[in-house]
Amino acid sequence: MNNLLLLPILIPLFTAVILIFLNRFTIASRWVSALSFLSTVFVSFLLFQKVQADGIQTLNLGSWEAPFGITLVSDMLSSLLVLTTSVIAFACCLYSFRAIGEEREKFYYYPILQFLIVGINGAFTTGDIFNLFVFFEVMLMSSYVLLVLGGTKAQLRESVKYILVNIISSSLFVITVAYLYSVVGTLNMAHISSRIAEVGQPGILTVIAVLFLIVFGLKGAIFPLYFWLPGSYYAPPAPVLALFGALLTKVGVYSIMRTYTLFFPHDPGYTHELLGALAVITIVVGIIGALAYWDVKKIIIYNIIVAVGVILFGVSVNTTESLTGAIFYLIHDMLIKAALFLLVGIVIAITGTTNLKKISGLIKNYPLLGWMFLLSALALAGIPPLSGFVGKLLIIKSGFGAEAYWGAGIVLMSSLLVLFSVMKIFINGFWGIHRTYEEEEKAPVSWLLISPAILVIISVLYGVGAELVYPYILEAAETLTNPSTYINAVMKE
Amino acid sequence: MRTNDLILQTVTKVILFIILLFSIHLFFAGHYYPGGGFIGGLMTAGALVLLLLAFDMKTVANILPVNYRIMTAIGLLFSIGTGAGSLLFNVPFLTHAFTDVYLPLLGKTSLHTAVLFDIGVYLVVIGVTMTIIQTIGEDE
Repeated sequence: MNNLLLLPILIPLFTAVILIFLNRFTIASRWVSALSFLSTVFVSFLLFQKVQADGIQTLNLGSWEAPFGITLVSDMLSSLLVLTTSVIAFACCLYSFRAIGEEREKFYYYPILQFLIVGINGAFTTGDIFNLFVFFEVMLMSSYVLLVLGGTKAQLRESVKYILVNIISSSLFVITVAYLYSVVGTLNMAHISSRIAEVGQPGILTVIAVLFLIVFGLKGAIFPLYFWLPGSYYAPPAPVLALFGALLTKVGVYSIMRTYTLFFPHDPGYTHELLGALAVITIVVGIIGALAYWDVKKIIIYNIIVAVGVILFGVSVNTTESLTGAIFYLIHDMLIKAALFLLVGIVIAITGTTNLKKISGLIKNYPLLGWMFLLSALALAGIPPLSGFVGKLLIIKSGFGAEAYWGAGIVLMSSLLVLFSVMKIFINGFWGIHRTYEEEEKAPVSWLLISPAILVIISVLYGVGAELVYPYILEAAETLTNPSTYINAVMKE
Repeated sequence: MRTNDLILQTVTKVILFIILLFSIHLFFAGHYYPGGGFIGGLMTAGALVLLLLAFDMKTVANILPVNYRIMTAIGLLFSIGTGAGSLLFNVPFLTHAFTDVYLPLLGKTSLHTAVLFDIGVYLVVIGVTMTIIQTIGEDE
């Protein structure tokens, strides 16, 4: 019993309500919002330390005992992800002050931001499969509002698509949970895991595993279910895009990671092979998109798809080493994607266009922006000693170790092409002839640079200090490969 | 075109109070029997929608000058506050407490913190339903 693990959910929830009352006072809303995220970062860090010192933390909501009530579980993986989420939320919130515009702020932008983080932190923390669905819904409802807020034509068009796709996947989610419940008769994730282990995953459970892959694959944008992502993520403004790109797909990825290690590790010949194949195709498709476009937003958006593929390939290999790599890369990708989207947002704010052919010579007036972009681009591709390197190294090494030569080879090749796609932005946009832009004077560049700077610094430290972080990531991966630790922690209390 | 809705208006004036009373009954019945904050809130919202149908939005806004968004927020505050109250006693979130007390007129009554939570749900349901209905209705 530890109420600490509830706080990263409760603080944003409580603040969201306060912010509804404060909605008329924009300045107050901004700072209350930022303060709330800062304290969320603080409690997430405390939680991380607690998990590190005392092992997995659990909380039975309403004092209902473990398999009957809803349990919140915080193991190393979930506490690390909650911490990362809170940091990114804080950075995006600061960035929003000068980027989102008063009109959107008046329409409950900040409360919705808080609700979004409630959903994401909740999804990472919950230990109940139906509760996971509920937190998914909280997250999705908020994302609908954030997507449509502002009401431009593109936003409305994409919102219709996005809502339709997600309603279908949510109903499929409930159906899948119902199937699972009818087979194992429980919703508690630890209990499901131990019951599946008892019956040894017969065919029907493998079917359910594939259904889960479809559900989470739709949220996490894997091949062939990624079709909605490039359009939908293109519509909202930069800070919202950064939150979506860094966090939303990763919740889907996390759910696949959790269900495939905790529930369905018994028939890897079918489920994990399928996941691996889809992951590799996802990488290829993402790369093709990233190389094809001359639009700065689109290039980075397609890189989300590449990263999802890389992480899931690590999950599909399913050894402690590959999972360590996948988690390492997952956290790296959350940080660096948020940073990249925020930086691209600044580029768009300065130039007023997303077309790379109309941008050039930015580094002359904005050297800091240029170098930060270069640093994040290198980190994204996985150049040592930056943060993408260790994760990719572990994933590729374990891939070759498990004789998945094709997959590991493609992950390796993808790094080069990812580097090419983001370097294209750097070379064309930052080098070349210096131009002047109409909107240039109005862009509050120095304020906007603060948030990506925070994220880039953390990501650099994460890469350089990989040796220090490694034990925690390893512990997170070991909990995944040994479901018994998780089960014991939940069922004992 | 202005329809003659005299019958509807007259009936509404009577029916409204019956529906409201029944919704409150449902709300309290929910403690041990089917009912509760959600269904009670929906029924109250139903009564208010009937009022909107019989009269127009302006009249209803005059009778009930309520900002439903703020009502939603107050409801959320009730529910979260009740849940978070358990943190003060160092028991898991949402743990409830109850006691039996002797009240004049009502006799032996069981007081339960779940009622506070349910009041929150009740307010949120009314607030959200009415916000949706009003937003849709405004366009006309």
